[in-house]
Amino acid sequence: MQKIGVFVCWCGSNIAATVDVRKLVEAAKHEPGVVYAADYQYMCSASGQQLIKDAVANYGLTGVVVCSCSPRMHEATFRKAAQSAGLNPYMLEIANIREHCSWIHKDVESATEKAVILMRAAVAKVNLNVSLTAGKSAVVKRALVIGGGIAGIQSALDIAEAGYNVDIVEKKPTIGGKMAQLDKTFPTLDCAACILTPKMVEAASDERIRIYSYSEVESVSGFVGNFTVKIRKKSRFVEEDLCTGCGLCAEKCPSRKTGNEFNLGMDKRGAVYIPFAQAVPKLAVIDPAACLHFKTGKCGLCAKNCQAKAINFDKKDEIVEEKYGAIVVATGFNPIDPSPFGELGYSRYPDVITSLELERIMNAAGPTGGVLLRPSDKAHPKKIVFVQCVGSRGLRGCDKPYCSKICCMYTAKHAMLIREKYPDTEVSVFYIDVRTPGKNFDEFYRRAVEQYGVHYIKGQVGKVAENAGKLVVHGSDLIMNEQVEIEADLVVLAVAIEPDESARKLATMLTASMDTNDFFTEAHPKLRPVESPTAGVFLSGVCQGPKDIPETVSQASAAAAKVVGLLSKDQLTCNPCVAHSDELLCNGCSACEKVCPYGAITYQDKEVNDHGKREVRRLAFVNEAVCQGCGACTVACPSGAMDLKGFTNRQIMAEVDAICR
Amino acid sequence: MQVEKFTPKIVAFCCNWCSYAGADLAGTGRMQYPENVKIIRVPCSCRVNPSFILRAFQRGADGVIICGCHPGDCHYTSGNYFARRRMTLLFGMLDFLGIERARTRVEWVSAAEGARFASVMNDFVQKVAALGPNRRLGDLRCRDSKEVEK
Amino acid sequence: MNDIKKTTEQLAFMSGAVTSRCMGCGKCTASCPAFDRMEYHPHQFVYMVETGRIDKLLASKSAFSCLTCFACVERCPRMVEPARLIEAVRLAVERQQGGNRLLPDDVPCVIDDDMPQQAVVAALRKFTK
Repeated sequence: MQKIGVFVCWCGSNIAATVDVRKLVEAAKHEPGVVYAADYQYMCSASGQQLIKDAVANYGLTGVVVCSCSPRMHEATFRKAAQSAGLNPYMLEIANIREHCSWIHKDVESATEKAVILMRAAVAKVNLNVSLTAGKSAVVKRALVIGGGIAGIQSALDIAEAGYNVDIVEKKPTIGGKMAQLDKTFPTLDCAACILTPKMVEAASDERIRIYSYSEVESVSGFVGNFTVKIRKKSRFVEEDLCTGCGLCAEKCPSRKTGNEFNLGMDKRGAVYIPFAQAVPKLAVIDPAACLHFKTGKCGLCAKNCQAKAINFDKKDEIVEEKYGAIVVATGFNPIDPSPFGELGYSRYPDVITSLELERIMNAAGPTGGVLLRPSDKAHPKKIVFVQCVGSRGLRGCDKPYCSKICCMYTAKHAMLIREKYPDTEVSVFYIDVRTPGKNFDEFYRRAVEQYGVHYIKGQVGKVAENAGKLVVHGSDLIMNEQVEIEADLVVLAVAIEPDESARKLATMLTASMDTNDFFTEAHPKLRPVESPTAGVFLSGVCQGPKDIPETVSQASAAAAKVVGLLSKDQLTCNPCVAHSDELLCNGCSACEKVCPYGAITYQDKEVNDHGKREVRRLAFVNEAVCQGCGACTVACPSGAMDLKGFTNRQIMAEVDAICR
Repeated sequence: MQVEKFTPKIVAFCCNWCSYAGADLAGTGRMQYPENVKIIRVPCSCRVNPSFILRAFQRGADGVIICGCHPGDCHYTSGNYFARRRMTLLFGMLDFLGIERARTRVEWVSAAEGARFASVMNDFVQKVAALGPNRRLGDLRCRDSKEVEK
Repeated sequence: MNDIKKTTEQLAFMSGAVTSRCMGCGKCTASCPAFDRMEYHPHQFVYMVETGRIDKLLASKSAFSCLTCFACVERCPRMVEPARLIEAVRLAVERQQGGNRLLPDDVPCVIDDDMPQQAVVAALRKFTK
């Protein structure tokens, strides 16, 4: 028989205001096995924990029930306290009377009644608890970063700096991500390439960092400290160790029909190409969909001209398998396609463009060589209208319900840069709210208005139409309570951003959870913002939520710190709540093996002593280091041999009984 | 004669990673749902053995609900699919035995869906309460004599 | 005062428009082709109903200038549906005027052979309570 102590926490008034704690203590004293019951204002405080330790010593307790907040909050705290009192930490259970009782109910009587039942279920469970010992598993000292934008690069650099090996997997032919496409960055107006490309080169030259560019994660298995990841290295049809990145093949390629992705299709590239001049790694890649050799079997001009003999039309995709201790997700974002917003005419008028397209037009390496020319007739636009919140903060199907966070600032940046470079240009911005929280952000926006004379109009745009060959923007000016019509040479839409489409597939592979907008969820929104709820998976950058570059870089470094903390351990303590098979009941049917998602169950022939009868039987054997304790096998087992430590059939039955009593 | 308002006994099995956290979030958000819902924490919805549900009904529960992660989001990759298949079979059988389909339910509630947890519980309790007490599968030995006479 | 509150609730009920969702972007007003003929504009309708200041709305002719083109319903990013609200204001004005404009006894003398049967039924439904 257990000797159980029940400890009821007031949690200040959080519990005590709705649950009669004294009554709960009295009720606890009558439960089977309970030899001691007490209440205290803050059980999780040092003196509260001391109360538990003292009671364990004074009353010789063998089991402890703490009636307090969620076990997800303080189970670890109280188990540590029990352990320091000499008790096995798994002899402690928590009755959740805060989140599941006092916080959701108002009536003191019925809430107290419920708390008593929850306490009773926990006591019934502890009566059947046994000591458990946690195993250890080794940590693979290598990290994987998925995504090679500024978030992924920063995380990888920081992990490498701490002395660990790290691999970057990037699905595009070059790392750099969206930041490589930007012209200038707010609020300092640094040139994006000037601050990003040195980091790209640093990542490429660091011997601890390995870059899998033009590669995708194919599958992930394993668990924290020991993930096995299959990476598909897509074929470039170019031998990576031979190519020198001279670009001769791209020059000679006769195909010129494909839109250049780096410039968002505003100019053309060959079928063989180098994404951009500062690409890392600087290697050519053949796009088989555009290549004449793949379509007709002829041409081959690139191969003829390549001095290094690097072109290999027969090259196949390669799958590599690697082991990692930790994974950082940095899959980033894409601007949404504004075509569904028919009234804004993005797909109708060539001079309605997105902000990222403007970014390329303004960039010296862009399709216009950095000269502000509009797409339709390559003329200098004299009147430019910006429209904010396109697709953000809306509830229709094509809208995103969230604020994309970066648009206010980059629109102010664009307006400012245009006014500075072309002072004869008239710039108007339609806005709903201007959101500029951030260091020097509001000052930046005010400068656009006060110093650069950008017209900010509070209101939205109803439609963009064409009148006598000119674009006319119909909008509202809510401060004047007027409708306004502005002729425009160029309309720039500040479109919402959305998580990259690869994120959903990846989340399923990692069993990391996502919110309804496909952003990865963090383990705790305030206190653990860079960790995924799945152990060993960390979040970096926009994959977790919209953020600008400084925020992305800080989150990337934070994720790296978490990874380094994990990799610095030689061993991790395993979860001791794993499956266990009773040798005498197992009939070797393989039902459990089939449902195990981890392949933790194997079969071995073993001699058993069944009530004096000795014979060799085929028995299920659980690898405790691999088992994650889901319990699928326990239900599949027809003979009841398989059970889950810490959540045994008898324990859960006892809880059911206690609740239904 | 005074008729006492019927409050059903509800047992909820919640997986540790999604639904239990969702229930915690409902608590943090102070979202009300009836007191008669009692939550049992299990590592995964696939840990719920059909015998637990039979036991609950045998001991006088009026409704049993199992909450797990959304399909595709299971912390253990596929546990919720097992739960869904097993419970489809079990609930069909229970229906045959006279335990109405509305007394049993499998719901997906993620860790971010506190409001959904509360609304699922409110709805479930309301539906079970409408059915009245569960009498068909009760162990007669467990009830007091007065109730047996009824 | 109580009357206004009741009418405001009625407006929300009749239109099904959730005015609290409005974020004040003004896209409805920007889209409105009848803007010049209106004293109060679509975004003001939403705001005035939301804040319960509808006496001015009911007194104004603005609601009857709405063309019911539904551009605002189509474009509102928050799905507030201002046109439905304006239609509800129209109905509220009609109802406040009260009384039957067409008595059943008067019907026979306005009917001629060209009038479709449906119109007669519709008129009765609309003008009798």
